[in-house]
Amino acid sequence: MKTFRYDRAGDISGAIATLAKERTGVFLAGGTNLVDLMKLGVMQPDVLVDVRRLTSTEIQDLPDGGLRIGAAVTNSELAADRRVRSRYPVLSQAVLAGASGQLRNLATTGGNLLQRTRCVYFYDTTTPCNKREPDTGCSALEGFNFGHAIFGASRHCVATHPSDMAVAMTALDAVVRIQGPGGERELPITELHRLPGHEPQRDTTLEHAELITAVDLPPPGFASNSRYRKVRERASYAFALVSVAAALHVRDDVVRDARIALGGVAHKPWRARRAEDALRGQPAVEESFRAAAQAELEDAAPLRENAYKVTLAGNVMTRMLLDLSVS
Amino acid sequence: MTTIIERRAVGKPLDRKDGPLKVTGTARYAYEYRFDNPLYLFPVQSEVARGWITSIDATAAEAMPGVIAVLSHENTPRLADTSDREYAVLQSGEVAFRGQYVAAVLAQTLEIARYGASLVRVSYDEEPHDVELRADRTDLYAPATVNPGYPTDTQEGDFDLAFASAAVKFDETYTTPMEHHNPMEPHTTVALWQAGDLTLYESTQGAHWDAGTLAQVFGLDRDRVRIMARYVGGGFGCKTLHANTVLAALGAQVAEGSPVKFALTRQQMFCGVGYRTPTIQWIRLGASEDGRLTAISHDVVEQTAKTKEFAEQTAVATRTMYATQSRRTTHRLAALDVPAPSWMRAPGEAPGMFALESAMDEMAIRCGVDPIEFRVRNEPEIDAETGLPYSSRNLVACLREGARRFGWADRDPRPRARQEGRWLTGTGVAASTFPVIRFSGSVARITCAGDGRYVVEIGAADIGTGTWTALTQIAADVLGAGTSDIDLRIGDTTLPEASVEGGSSGIASWGSAIVEAARVFRGRHGTSPTQGDQAQAAAPDNPQAQRYAMHAFGACFARARVDADTGEVRIPHMTGVFAAGKIINPKTARSQIIGGMTMGVGMALHEESLVDARFGHVMNHDFATYHIPANADAGQFDIAWIDEEDTHVNPMGSKGIGEIGIVGASAAIANAVYHATGIRVRDLPITPAKLVR
Repeated sequence: MKTFRYDRAGDISGAIATLAKERTGVFLAGGTNLVDLMKLGVMQPDVLVDVRRLTSTEIQDLPDGGLRIGAAVTNSELAADRRVRSRYPVLSQAVLAGASGQLRNLATTGGNLLQRTRCVYFYDTTTPCNKREPDTGCSALEGFNFGHAIFGASRHCVATHPSDMAVAMTALDAVVRIQGPGGERELPITELHRLPGHEPQRDTTLEHAELITAVDLPPPGFASNSRYRKVRERASYAFALVSVAAALHVRDDVVRDARIALGGVAHKPWRARRAEDALRGQPAVEESFRAAAQAELEDAAPLRENAYKVTLAGNVMTRMLLDLSVS
Repeated sequence: MTTIIERRAVGKPLDRKDGPLKVTGTARYAYEYRFDNPLYLFPVQSEVARGWITSIDATAAEAMPGVIAVLSHENTPRLADTSDREYAVLQSGEVAFRGQYVAAVLAQTLEIARYGASLVRVSYDEEPHDVELRADRTDLYAPATVNPGYPTDTQEGDFDLAFASAAVKFDETYTTPMEHHNPMEPHTTVALWQAGDLTLYESTQGAHWDAGTLAQVFGLDRDRVRIMARYVGGGFGCKTLHANTVLAALGAQVAEGSPVKFALTRQQMFCGVGYRTPTIQWIRLGASEDGRLTAISHDVVEQTAKTKEFAEQTAVATRTMYATQSRRTTHRLAALDVPAPSWMRAPGEAPGMFALESAMDEMAIRCGVDPIEFRVRNEPEIDAETGLPYSSRNLVACLREGARRFGWADRDPRPRARQEGRWLTGTGVAASTFPVIRFSGSVARITCAGDGRYVVEIGAADIGTGTWTALTQIAADVLGAGTSDIDLRIGDTTLPEASVEGGSSGIASWGSAIVEAARVFRGRHGTSPTQGDQAQAAAPDNPQAQRYAMHAFGACFARARVDADTGEVRIPHMTGVFAAGKIINPKTARSQIIGGMTMGVGMALHEESLVDARFGHVMNHDFATYHIPANADAGQFDIAWIDEEDTHVNPMGSKGIGEIGIVGASAAIANAVYHATGIRVRDLPITPAKLVR
């Protein structure tokens, strides 16, 4: 492992100021992904600025009925929170579908959003990867892309974002609170992660030394009727082939509103707005759900090995909406 | 006739003797031996799959504080014997596969060694490489024999004629992928050279074997090499001697007097410590209308390394399983620019029986016969391969008892006919077999410790299998002592010679030596020995092995649930019934079988090493991407034994059970998945992508 400096600032402003001066530094929170990547030489920061004890570990009620989740809230705490479980079941289920109990005890809310892709070429420093080393090429494009993107990929990168939690938050229209050298700002979570384009080395729209301090969940609305479904190759402790976070509002057998996000299909959690648009005002029957799923998947561009994801995503979206329509 | 020992402790479900040490963390594994100022070794691996090293620039690494030396072929001591190219580590600039050790950094900490290794710049004159196994290759060849010495091809009767005239024909190809063993403990070595003596603390299945080979490789007298391996965190066939141990010993030679520690990372476990070859298996079966086999053919294509041949005996089980008028089996190899494949739990039987037992299921359906009845109908009277009678063969009893326990009688044979919620459900069965193997050369020493207590010494290995406990039980019975009166000592080359833990042979080989040593001891010292009385004896050869075919058999049943929307497969229940002679310890044996069957779940559903042909190495080299079953994937296991008295195999009447658990498990699952879904998957693993519709 390359030698690095470890820095623990006294407060958030101090941490940001420290990192702002270190172009090759990064924040450290739970470290469950970052430290692995450092051991493998995939990431080689010169400085780690530890923010684990700086951001909030609390989940607060907001006046509008929403929740504010401190960035240092662990995945385990988030999933177990009574308010989250009753008002936003999709989020609790998503978190519990990820990683293992040990990892969830350590991983934080902010860090979970910033975990990096699980593409095998990204993890192997002896093969080309534009995300790890810009302009070296994408090995997955013509290689093992079984687990890769069917939406929004570019010829520079076909990787997917691995988080489950972020998929649920995307369906919930969460807002990410950010503090940086230029002050504080808020960002809809759908604008946090980005598509690879010609800069796959950038996973998010965060600027250097910007720190996620909290994630706000808007008032639940119909989110209490929500679910997360993760399809994977073994029963637990595996990244999603495809996952679906969905919330559905049905009244008088008609779909009034829906929120759907997909995981494992793109470089970012994929908000299925086309499916949502196709659903509003439709009868809450299987044909509507199947048609909505198809509307979303029309633009899917599968790679050599992952056409199955199109079928899979369609089946799972349909099944989940059907289940939500009768629950 | 072998004299069967009087059994008192043998057959009892004794708790693991090493259990408390392991759960309290006090059983000392190789890497945990403590030393003052050890050095750490980290290898540099080739980034080309074939070629020659043109230069090595170690300047940056050598300049790092804490780096002691950078080893490469330019400065590393010459080995005495490089005839086995796997052990010819850092001896030339030739690169034979991607990931080969081309240099190594010795440093005062692991972190420095690891970072130092990343700074070593190696330049290559790269040559085109070839790592793709295909059945249509024109350079496939027939090896002289297949592991560990079986004929490469066999022929009985006229297969072509019998197949052409068969009333019912079956003709399909099955494939299994490359798989890696991945025991929980990686390969670890602590090596120390001192005054011409090489001492190793090693995670190995065969301390004596390793010591003999290392002595030869380094040109040392055999008694100058000592290996200790009291506790080993899993083996599955990969914990035999590989380049990593030679590299650690070379590091120790360079840094004479300092212990050198080398543990592979998980990523490094996917290169150079053995793997199961991918296989392509063409199976043809012919049968009469009433479901009697008339023709069996099993043609195998698999890979080996250009540097070292390993020919997996994939079709060998097919030679003994069923009666038929005609049979042919063949093995063909492609020699590639890859690391050498090697033994992985049930080499031959595990992939071979996936194909044969899937085909038997398909053929039973084609003949309209229940899969169990189909197998019973084709039960042979003698072993066709050797022409010998079986010392015992209770496959039918295993199938019948398994069917009873599993509830097979009520089975509706129609595929895709049962659904519970979103789950399609099905059941499947497959037969299992594994040969009874006993290696020669094991020696045991017994010393009276007074008060009815005995020290029993043999350099055997316990790779998590229960050797500590089972050998104690055998020694107690042959010495007429309680198990608490036996002080067993294993896992050290200063103890009497022991054969390697492999081929499910350990208890048969070592137990036979202990029985013989006890016989000699009683002959010499009588029944009232005094403290210090001692006897040592080697296990005699078993003349019965020339008169009987010796195999364990079993039947594996699986219940599968397949999500109709996603193709996700879950295996909530498996039943395994085995006829494996006398079970020395039903508790540790049950654990072995559960482990084998769980590994079979992995083989069926998860495991697949993905080699990117452009680069030449395994890409999914970690547990995030190379999946093995998690706890949630292991359902209920119902394990049972057929009470089998076999007086021919050895004095204990035992057959090995380390490997047979995995044999048949993958076919039982594939057959259950077919029954659930109507989809026959002939290429492992059975992933959602292959089932989703």
